[in-house]
Parts: sequence; structure tokens; C-alpha cells
Amino acid sequence: MTIKTVGVAGSGTMGAGIAIVAARAGYKTIVYDTRADALERARKQTAGFFAKSVERNKLTQEQVDQIMGGLSSTTKIADMAACDIVIEAVFENLKVKHDLLAQLNKVCPPHTLFATNTSTLSITEIAAGSGRDERFVGMHFCLPAQLMKLVEMSPGIRTSDESFAAAWAFCEAMGQTPVRTKDNPGFILNYFLVPFNNDAIRLVEAGVAAPADIDRAIKAGLGYPLGPLELLDLVGLDTHLLVAEALYASTHDPRAAPPALVKRMIAAGHLGRKTGQGFFKYAGNAMFGG
Amino acid sequence: MQYAILDTGFSRSFPAEHALLTGAAKDLKSARVVIVIGEHAGRHAKSLKKWKDKAAVLIELGTESLGEYTGEGRAEEGSNVLGFARFRLGNAEPTKLVELVRQPRTGDAAFAAAKEVIEGAGLQVAVCGDFAGRIIDRLVRPYYNAALRRLDEGLATADDLDTTLKLGLGYPEGPIALLERTGLAHHFDVTQALYEATGEQPYAPARRARVAKSRMATVKIA
Repeated sequence: MTIKTVGVAGSGTMGAGIAIVAARAGYKTIVYDTRADALERARKQTAGFFAKSVERNKLTQEQVDQIMGGLSSTTKIADMAACDIVIEAVFENLKVKHDLLAQLNKVCPPHTLFATNTSTLSITEIAAGSGRDERFVGMHFCLPAQLMKLVEMSPGIRTSDESFAAAWAFCEAMGQTPVRTKDNPGFILNYFLVPFNNDAIRLVEAGVAAPADIDRAIKAGLGYPLGPLELLDLVGLDTHLLVAEALYASTHDPRAAPPALVKRMIAAGHLGRKTGQGFFKYAGNAMFGG
Repeated sequence: MQYAILDTGFSRSFPAEHALLTGAAKDLKSARVVIVIGEHAGRHAKSLKKWKDKAAVLIELGTESLGEYTGEGRAEEGSNVLGFARFRLGNAEPTKLVELVRQPRTGDAAFAAAKEVIEGAGLQVAVCGDFAGRIIDRLVRPYYNAALRRLDEGLATADDLDTTLKLGLGYPEGPIALLERTGLAHHFDVTQALYEATGEQPYAPARRARVAKSRMATVKIA
């Protein structure tokens, strides 16, 4: 099948990023959201992103004009009827996704592929409420989608080989790097990262070492670009808690369960960079101490 | 600060020439800091009292606790003796990272002297308590075990597992390639020791590490 028009449902951080990837690759791209203000915010962020691309000589103004010309937004779900593939990037809640997909299933033609950007829910369970579970795939982009090449792709139990192959080819055509993973909680990235980060928090809880020493050890000893605790500060402890709770609920792996310290830090307002303090203190973008 | 080295045999931390070795003084008696390296470092535990006036005494550790050499009581142990290990995965070259182990009452002056000597040799220090696995092994071995188990269970191919963790998190090497390059048998040794020390399931050696260890023994017999 040929994909010419891409739909993105949800204009939050992930949805806006995915739309940039698709539009930049030359696809006509339609972003759908029920909230006009969210679409406007995403449009401004997208324009800002492409302005920087021009500043950094990654794209010319002409190219950006062409990309932005192919990128539109809508609050009317009926407009998604033009899409050959729709990637949903709405709130991580099965019912919310099922409600959206059921509506999309009514307006989209039979050939339209559905994809989900879920990071923690089951592809098969989401697909079951889509009305087209044979034409449904998992496409988990990494944050920030517009910069990260990796896409974790998973078929659900009923996904057809043809649908998966078409979605895979589309992913590569967007210039992304797909990897195939089973429909498994957390796929690859979150399945390994969330327990690893929890273990780092448990080291702090147990008094094995101070956050700065843990991060220094991991960076100098293993060559990781970020220590686990500065990464958690960047992600935000509140976001980490949501992902860890979701992963634990589906795996019951004790390492996935958020350590008690996470909730205490959230209660204290120590969410990470966004509140100026997490495992480290921040002023602007500068890191202090630790 | 003047330091001397007591070499007790093969050292995992310093298997080859290094600034820390070449910068050492010859005379143990006059040195302010004594560093005991090598696989038999622990045998010199009885000398620790003899060195109580040194600024610091450093003992190279494997998977054991520093307390095995210094003795412990009421979580009030601590003296001028510290443990250390330069982090190294299996057969890979040792890294620049030295985990420096201090006890609850380790003197600040002893810690500062130890840190000065290690950093003076171009190494980086991460300080930690006297816990099994210290920082890195305690943190990464469950992750490596999980990667090996999930590979067995067909979560993804080895290449896709490695690619995901490299592209997604910026790791220089994926866990499967890393463990196969540096030695799965060594991963077995470390995880077996940690599993015995902690009794925690995530440290139980993964099947692939056990196979590698077993094959190594078979090859030796053959």
C-alpha cells in the first residue's frame, strides 16, 4: 500500500513531535485534537522548531515553507478520513484510546492503518477496541520524537504481516530507525530503563552512595551520556512515577515498582529540573552541587 | 602526598603500567599512604594496626566487603582504612573510575588523602558505602541479567535490543554486545557473588552467563 497522508491524533509533546517527523519527510500530515488551544500551542512549537532548523542550516526557509504547507490541524475527526495511516498519541488510558479509535474507525476508509504510540499499554489490548485489529501496529517513538531516530515497532496478536510490513516501510521512509519488539509491557526501552532508574533511586534510599557519586560512577565507568539520577531529574519524578506504576501494574516485577522515595520527593515538590530541585539543585540550566 | 604500594599478586584494578604504580615511592615505612593491591590484598589485614598512623590505607577489593578486613560493630566501624576497586567489566581494560569505599566512621582526613592520591594519578573517584556490588555492579548487573533473560524469551533480536538501548539512551554499546565482548563468564562470577551476598533474585546469574561459565570449565578439563 502507498502512504501519502499521515494523521496524528493528539497534539501533546509526542503528537507534535511525530507530526514534525512525518511532515519533514514530505508526507501530507493532519494533526487532530479536540482542543483548539492545544493545536495552536503545537503549531507555535512546530514553527519554533523549524525556525531553529533554518538557523542551524539544517533546512532552508523554502523547505520549511513547503513542510509547513503540508502540515495542517483540525478539531474535526471527519477530516481524518483522508489519512492512509493514523498514529494515535493521546493520554495513556485504554478507555480514552478505545473511544478515539472507535470514532476514527467510523470515519477512516478500510485501507487506513492505525498505529499507537503507547509506551506502556498492550498493543493487542488497544487494537481490540479499534475495530481493525488486523490493521493495527505499535509505533513507539522516543522523546523528543523530532530528534530521536528510534521507533519501537510491535505487532499485536491479530496484526497482519502485510500491515506490519507497510508500517515498517513507512517508518523507514520517514528516516526513522525501527526495531521490532514483542507486544510486551514497556517494549524494550522502558522495560529496561524504568527498573534501572528505580534501582538507582534505591541506591540513594539505602545510602549506598550520594546521587552525584552514582551518576559519576555510571558515566565514567560505563560511558553513559547521563547518570540515572540526572536523567530522572530531566524526565521529572512525577512522570517517572506514572510510567513505573503502569509498568509495575502490567509486569508485577518488583524492580518496576516505584521506590517510596519517589512519592516523598514529589510531595516535597522535588520533581526535578522543572521545579528547580530533584536529586540535584538547578538554577536555570546550570546544575549545582550534589 | 607520598604513597607506596604493596603488591600482593594479580590486580584486576591495575593489571598493567599505570601512573598510580609508577608514581609510588619505594619505601613503605615513610609513605603517608599505603595502597595494597592484588588478589591477596586481604591477607595483609593483620598489618592494618601497624599502619594506624598512616594518613590512609587503601585495600583493593573484589566482590568482598571492606568490613571483612577491618572488623565491624554497631555500624560504628571506621578508621584510616578504605577499600577501593577500579571498575572493569570482564576482560575489558579497566576504566578511569575508582569506587572508593568508606565505612560509617571513616576519618575525613583519611578519605581526603585517599582521594588525593587516586585523583593525582588521573583517575576519577565515586565514593560509596561498604555494600555488596558497590555502585556500578549493584546497579547494572540486574539490568544485564534482564537483557540476557529477555533475549532468551525472544523479546527482540540481540541486534534490536542493542540498537534500542544505544539509540534510545545514548549508551555506547548495547548490553548483549557488551557482555559477549567482555566475557559472560565474568558476569556469572560477579552476579553469583552478589546473589549470595544479597539473596535478591535480580542478581541470580542469567542462563546465558551460567552456560558461558560452564563451557569455560569444560574447555579447561578438555
